Amino acid sequence: MKASVIVFPGSNCDRDVAVSIKKITNLDPIMVWHKETTLPKSDLVIIPGGFTFGDYLRCGSIAANSPIMIDIIKKAKKGLPILGICNGFQILTESGLLPGTLIKNDCLSFICKIVSIRVENNQTSFSNKYKKNEIINIPIAHNEGNFFADNDTLKKIEDANQIIFRYCNVNGEINNSSNPNGSIKNIAGIINENGNVLGMMPHPERATCNITKLYDGENLFKSLAESLF
Amino acid sequence: MTKITKELVKEHGISKEEYDFILKSLNREPTITELGIFSAMWSEHCSYKSSKYWLKQLPTNSDYVIQGPGENAGVIDIGDNYAAVFKMESHNHPSYIEPYQGAATGVGGILRDIFTMGARPVALLNSIRFGEISHEKTKHLLTGVVSGIGGYGNCMGIPTVGGEVEFNSSYNDNILVNAMCVGVAKKDKIFYSKASGVGNSVVYVGSKTGRDGIHGATMASAEFDDNSEDKRPTVQVGDPFSEKLLLEACMELMKMDIIIAIQDMGAAGLTSSAVEMAGKGNLGIELNLDNVPCREDKMTAYEIMLSESQERMLMILEPDKEEIAKDIFEKWELDFSVIGRLTDTKRLIINHKKEKKADIILDILEKGAPSYQRPYKTKVYKDEILKDKFTREKPLSILKKMIGSPNLCSRKWVWEQYDHMVMTDTMLLPGGDAAIIRVHETNKGLSMTADSTPRYCASDPFEGGKQVVAEAWRNLISVGSQPIAITDCMNFGNPEKKEIMGQFAGVIEGMKEACNFLNFPVVSGNVSLYNETNGKGINPTPVIGGVGVVKNLSVFADQFFKRDDDHILIIGETDGHLTQSIYAHELLECDIGLPPRVDLNKELKNGLFVKELICKSLIDTVHDISDGGLLVAISEMSMKYNYGFDIKLKKRDLNSYLFGEDQARYVISVEEKNLKKVRYKLEEKGIYFENIGKTVKDFIILNDEQMTVKELKNIYENWFNNYLSEAS
Amino acid sequence: MKLNIKIMPKNGVLDPQGKAIENSLSQLGFENFSKIRLGKIIEVEINEGEEKAIIVAEEMCKKLLVNLIIEDYEIIYDREK
Repeated sequence: MKASVIVFPGSNCDRDVAVSIKKITNLDPIMVWHKETTLPKSDLVIIPGGFTFGDYLRCGSIAANSPIMIDIIKKAKKGLPILGICNGFQILTESGLLPGTLIKNDCLSFICKIVSIRVENNQTSFSNKYKKNEIINIPIAHNEGNFFADNDTLKKIEDANQIIFRYCNVNGEINNSSNPNGSIKNIAGIINENGNVLGMMPHPERATCNITKLYDGENLFKSLAESLF
Repeated sequence: MTKITKELVKEHGISKEEYDFILKSLNREPTITELGIFSAMWSEHCSYKSSKYWLKQLPTNSDYVIQGPGENAGVIDIGDNYAAVFKMESHNHPSYIEPYQGAATGVGGILRDIFTMGARPVALLNSIRFGEISHEKTKHLLTGVVSGIGGYGNCMGIPTVGGEVEFNSSYNDNILVNAMCVGVAKKDKIFYSKASGVGNSVVYVGSKTGRDGIHGATMASAEFDDNSEDKRPTVQVGDPFSEKLLLEACMELMKMDIIIAIQDMGAAGLTSSAVEMAGKGNLGIELNLDNVPCREDKMTAYEIMLSESQERMLMILEPDKEEIAKDIFEKWELDFSVIGRLTDTKRLIINHKKEKKADIILDILEKGAPSYQRPYKTKVYKDEILKDKFTREKPLSILKKMIGSPNLCSRKWVWEQYDHMVMTDTMLLPGGDAAIIRVHETNKGLSMTADSTPRYCASDPFEGGKQVVAEAWRNLISVGSQPIAITDCMNFGNPEKKEIMGQFAGVIEGMKEACNFLNFPVVSGNVSLYNETNGKGINPTPVIGGVGVVKNLSVFADQFFKRDDDHILIIGETDGHLTQSIYAHELLECDIGLPPRVDLNKELKNGLFVKELICKSLIDTVHDISDGGLLVAISEMSMKYNYGFDIKLKKRDLNSYLFGEDQARYVISVEEKNLKKVRYKLEEKGIYFENIGKTVKDFIILNDEQMTVKELKNIYENWFNNYLSEAS
Repeated sequence: MKLNIKIMPKNGVLDPQGKAIENSLSQLGFENFSKIRLGKIIEVEINEGEEKAIIVAEEMCKKLLVNLIIEDYEIIYDREK
């Protein structure tokens, strides 16, 4: 699986993602600078987390207009798998590749902690190595992770099974107290209609480590590696 | 031409003697630009004039030290051709005036000190101190500072993994914000600030220069008074996004072998970088300020030289290497400008708009700065015994009060606002004795901690100085690492007062003894004096940042009980020393008496023993006993995985035993299968220990009292949320 | 021509910052007020005549400055004499 990791001014988790990709697939991904106008030949594109362009104006808004995004949008519409993590998710909503938007956490401060999320849909190339309703532990770290969509959009994505991950508690219960940032319906990650673009606020690349016993993120990368091989 | 008047000289913080020296050395009156330069370079912050004499007493060497004090940061050898680069710095006065930006730019400054040496920053820590919780400014300052630290560190993508927070009335009008950074570099790829090569280019990179913080260095050295609010325009505003670009550009350039010398522009901006770099190389430097990228119109030479605009570096390059470097900085959309040359005149010459604005022999600046041996008197409190009001109260109900108090409760509210997992090398999360960061692409770890116990230093500076170093050492031992070296941030009041200078001298003497005994040298540091308002100074607060090495990440310890039925052992003797403890200060409201004694022999013996047990995999759960004493320590071990304890104790004075703060002690939990071996080793080494009980899932039992871990956790974790949501 | 673009959260979108500010003001003792919403103003000088400048500003809003899912905008300017 040849993966491309996009690097913008202010990307922070590009190295972290590259380390996870290398670990699971044994191949180094290509690091692609945002000013490139053509994507190198890739099976998967990952837009990593960070504070691209300082999060100025709105998170991901300036990055979504970078030269490389034009080619990414074109190829995504043709079915190229894209994974957007945290700021990457924000960039995908800003560029219109995913519905809805990410706004400020309802607690109004940055939160970094390990949360439980439930796998709502394991029939995608991103999640097929998880069991349905499996509860996994993945870290979050964000200021603007509160997913919002208007009622029509929300109904559409619910009906089409586009919700992939939801915040829950250790028992799998989805409610206000298990919602770290106020996201509508505890939504932590969604895919597009076509099923090839996934955006998620939690950081799976931070959960591929045996020493810290945080390794629930591995199956996401394994799902992709096997689906796209 | 600005006329130099007596008032102007005084406003610049230059004494009559110092001004006479300037007149004599220049053989004329200085220009206003020159006056500004002298003022900045001879400020307490840049010249260390009150503290130099004492700082020289501290040990700065060991087999692992590659670079001690004198550079942008200290450097230690951590094996396998890797080095750790680290330092701690204060940003106290600006944070009081504008807490968010003051704290943010404090983080920005310390980050630059690390990456200017070629080390990629891998961790941030901070030590922050506020006034009492009832003080009207405390909430605003607390939330501002924590936001500021998070805002800068998170945007930079560097994990903030440790630190401390204290609330004490001594900081009511002078809060403390000390920021520490640790970076990693290859041992043979460290960059220094000594300029060399006559004719080489002096290059400015980073953000444009504005009027920020002019006179920041002199403000850092001035006391506050009722007019301090007017100093607002001198606070700098940081842009972490620019600094992230600057970091990546520097890391890229440093992969090549073309930087001859590099230093970041911090306090006193372009002035201190230019003077220090040329001075170290024993060369001269000539600058043309017309080439300095400016963000404001009509900036004068004075303003350009003293501006403290953030996110800027000064480099020395060979002229034919300028193009390669320029390309990199342009890729990252940063300013790049050749602003001068190195000369052999040993003078600092500054030109602006076709006029010579300054011409100073560098020697005068570097070595002419006065070094005071200020008179001092070290005061030690009377050795008194206190009266315990709570001898009838049940220990667990006292524990509830203690663990729910502002200085002992969980700091989760703070560190959950810091990204502590970015870079995916954080092996031990915040909330423990020390953090551990994996050295990327190796199986080795760096342990780190930041700590201080000011109330001990106030009552007995010498003993307190020993203790702050010993505790940092214990914290690193507790995770199973080998302590290597420290950085220090010395926060004190007005050194012109004998008693304050006496605190400084006493603390240094104590630190010196502990550093020497424990082979734990000082490799970098910072001094912040004049932390006083309207004549009232802070408690002497030496903050120690310790760094150690975990040889192999398959073996380290944390402080959380993990199993049912483990034996709980206390390593070290408990006499029940209550004076100067948190129990005394917070519950008895009594600050008389001496702090606990530090027996360095016992510290070394007990510590090395505990480390050996960890390295031999006989124990994996360790916590050193400090603030709050033994019962608080054991409680702190129980709440993460909900393993409480069942302890039976018969003591003549139970409160003293449970809440006394005797030093050189650890709590360890030992699996049944390892108990025999551990006991044998303890007896063989002649180390005092007590087996006081066992771990129990969900419950806390002490003699005839009982409660649930959940109940205690509720008290422990909610203090900050409750404090901040209550109406002011 | 100088224009100000006023960007406000759409009615119906949760504005947690506005709510927090309301609470703070109440705690400070202010009483007879309600409905605080937090927005932003972007000032821009466009080197075109009035008509063209407004068109350019609209394009800027749609392409970058405004998130049309959750924000409304208004272009404010002084009519050219």
